[in-house]
Amino acid sequence: MSQLLQHLINGLASGTIYALVALGYTMVYGVLKLINFAHGDVMMVGVYMGYATAFALGREAQRSLWGVVVIFAVAMGGCALLGFLIERFAYRPLREKPRLTALITAIGISFALSYGFQLDIGFLPGASPRAFPEVIVPTEWFIVGDRDVVVWNWQIISFLIAVSLMGALQFLVYRTRFGKAMRAVSWDHRTAALMGIPTDRIIALTFMLSSALAAGAGLLYAIKDTSVSPLMGLYVGLKAFVAAVIGGIGNVPGAVVGALLLGLVEEFVVGYAASTWRDAVAFGFLILVLLVKPGGLFGRVAAEKV
Amino acid sequence: MSEPVKVLGERRAFAPLLTVDGLQVRYGAIQALRGVSLQVGKGEMVALIGANGAGKTSTLRAVSGMLKAAAGRITLEGKDTTALKAHQLVPRGMAHAPEGRGIFPNLTVVENLELGAYLRTDTAQVLQDMEKGFTLFPVLKERRRQLAGTLSGGEQQMLAIARALLSKPQLLLLDEPSLGLAPQVTETIFRTLREVNATGVSVLLVEQNAHLALNAAHYGYVLETGEVVMAGPGKALLESPEVRRAYLGE
Repeated sequence: MSQLLQHLINGLASGTIYALVALGYTMVYGVLKLINFAHGDVMMVGVYMGYATAFALGREAQRSLWGVVVIFAVAMGGCALLGFLIERFAYRPLREKPRLTALITAIGISFALSYGFQLDIGFLPGASPRAFPEVIVPTEWFIVGDRDVVVWNWQIISFLIAVSLMGALQFLVYRTRFGKAMRAVSWDHRTAALMGIPTDRIIALTFMLSSALAAGAGLLYAIKDTSVSPLMGLYVGLKAFVAAVIGGIGNVPGAVVGALLLGLVEEFVVGYAASTWRDAVAFGFLILVLLVKPGGLFGRVAAEKV
Repeated sequence: MSEPVKVLGERRAFAPLLTVDGLQVRYGAIQALRGVSLQVGKGEMVALIGANGAGKTSTLRAVSGMLKAAAGRITLEGKDTTALKAHQLVPRGMAHAPEGRGIFPNLTVVENLELGAYLRTDTAQVLQDMEKGFTLFPVLKERRRQLAGTLSGGEQQMLAIARALLSKPQLLLLDEPSLGLAPQVTETIFRTLREVNATGVSVLLVEQNAHLALNAAHYGYVLETGEVVMAGPGKALLESPEVRRAYLGE
């Protein structure tokens, strides 16, 4: 019983991190109908921005509250800028071209970032993984029984950060003028423009928002995993993409539910079967969901509009 | 660039609001418009009739900035708007209820209406104008909290018009408001259009139903394969034998 509880906690902790990344896939897909395969790598760049900031702050400052705030702010702000640049110079010129062109461009950017960061010149970090500084010094906050269930401080902090970011996003999408414009663009950007909505700006802001969320998620992941590497974006990005598809890509609550399910499934596989099966089961779960509900759990299968 | 336009009857005096001059539109190698010229005066209701594929929708789309003009000039109140994009034309008084109504089915009726007023900052006045829209189409008030996708075709058309009016347009572009609707519903919509027009909003109307459109409009243009071939006051066109033969099935 206590083992089950422990796995639930761990699963939710990683699920909320996947959720933040999955939301980026789903929002960009929503407004552009583009699977932004570079999304995970943008996350990775954000993690390195946070890594560099942590070192610049030094050992004492990086562990203080304001230090952590600065690290998150730099990474999220930097990634918002990166997302803006990618959309502006890589995707926007291809807006009216066949969708496949943009998709291949996304894969190209993904590889450019993940392999570019393996170079060992200038500010680039090189291929080998590095230890992420302990910006949150691990402490056991709750212990049940004889260490039957252990909850770490970083798990709770990470959960709280992720949930508040998701809450802020939910508010933004469903309660603000920007969110209404975003939902209109997501349905049909041509008609949205007829309402006076500056669609280019809404799309750019969506990219900035999703990239900033990815950076936040990446830092939480790095704190959990304690190591960073240029290829982490491919791996985490792919998992989050799976989560978004399970939930129904383009659907905001779907991405969160899909990610939590994926986090739990992975955790239970590791806990009760073998960790080597984790990825196989994750993708098996995706196939299973798509067999039963081809549009994902919350998605609709719509006929293509012509 | 080809035969001159056949003009029937006198147009009553008007102050030009929209002037389209030699407008050409291309879709790749296909030329959809081969030099369309037309005018809409302040307070006028103008109908654009013609067969399928004559270029009626392309004309509206070019006017509202959804399509780029390959050649020609579009001016709104004397200002050149040819190069402007759709979202830049809304603050200049253009509202376009597009083909297929263009409502957002994933949003509620009220949210759709709010999007119509997207650029307006006078919140209190927007609420009043929304109430006015509900007076025009009371059924929208009953359905205000419903997702727009659950409305019937006629109700969606009403929503599209009410939403377009919330941007406080000088010029309302309407694409096939009668399409797929029962005659009774169409009648309601056209009655409302005349009321709206009487308040000073100019209307440029595209219709397959020539009878309906020419009866309602002050002036009309007949489009054929991307060109204006005939023009005249609505009644004069209705009485013309060519129009009767080609578009009224007589």
